[in-house]
Amino acid sequence: MTHEAATQSAETIQLDARGLNCPMPIVRTAQAIKTLTTGQLLEVLATDPGSVADFAAWSRSTGNEIVSSSVEGGVYRFVLRRK
Amino acid sequence: VTEGEEAISLVLFSGTEDRLQAAAVLTAGAAALGRPVHIFLQYWALDAFRRDRIDTPQPLAPEAGAEGKAAFEAMRAAGQQTWQETLRMAKELGEVDIQACSLSMDLLHLDQDQLDPLVDGVEGVAAFYVNAGEGQLLFI
Repeated sequence: MTHEAATQSAETIQLDARGLNCPMPIVRTAQAIKTLTTGQLLEVLATDPGSVADFAAWSRSTGNEIVSSSVEGGVYRFVLRRK
Repeated sequence: VTEGEEAISLVLFSGTEDRLQAAAVLTAGAAALGRPVHIFLQYWALDAFRRDRIDTPQPLAPEAGAEGKAAFEAMRAAGQQTWQETLRMAKELGEVDIQACSLSMDLLHLDQDQLDPLVDGVEGVAAFYVNAGEGQLLFI
């Protein structure tokens, strides 16, 4: 429980990858996630049309969890939790 | 990088700007997934990695045509990275090893000090296959 509380209180990091073409949203995400501690959250905004498939594949392959994903007005929003 | 799955190997043959761009995108994507990438530079791709040539934009593949050329240039103008920048970023992010084909070095009369520092070394085809192991292999 104390571990949960600690990870939830850690700051969520923002990454704006809007306007970037494939593979930059995933490359920037892979760079950013390295700077986080285990359990910390990363929120990514992207407009690349492959984003949904790419973030799902990246999550499966690397073990970093997709906590939530949504799309609004052509902008994809992913909240990721570092493994 | 421990989360990586099997390695990916790319043989780059063509030195056209668009094929080099496609190869750089594939490399960066693999690096983001934590997969090691082995790149083997042959013929005209190797020529494009010459220190005195790497910053000169190369022609596009013939199938690009005028329309493709315009689209490619528009994407560049909009800020898309060059293939060299994408490869440098991929090397910082993951495990990317770039080797020059020794036969092509002879063909083009090149020494390694004439190649951009992106190139890690020179090897023959036997070393390339052994390093590729059981992973996927693409020819571009």
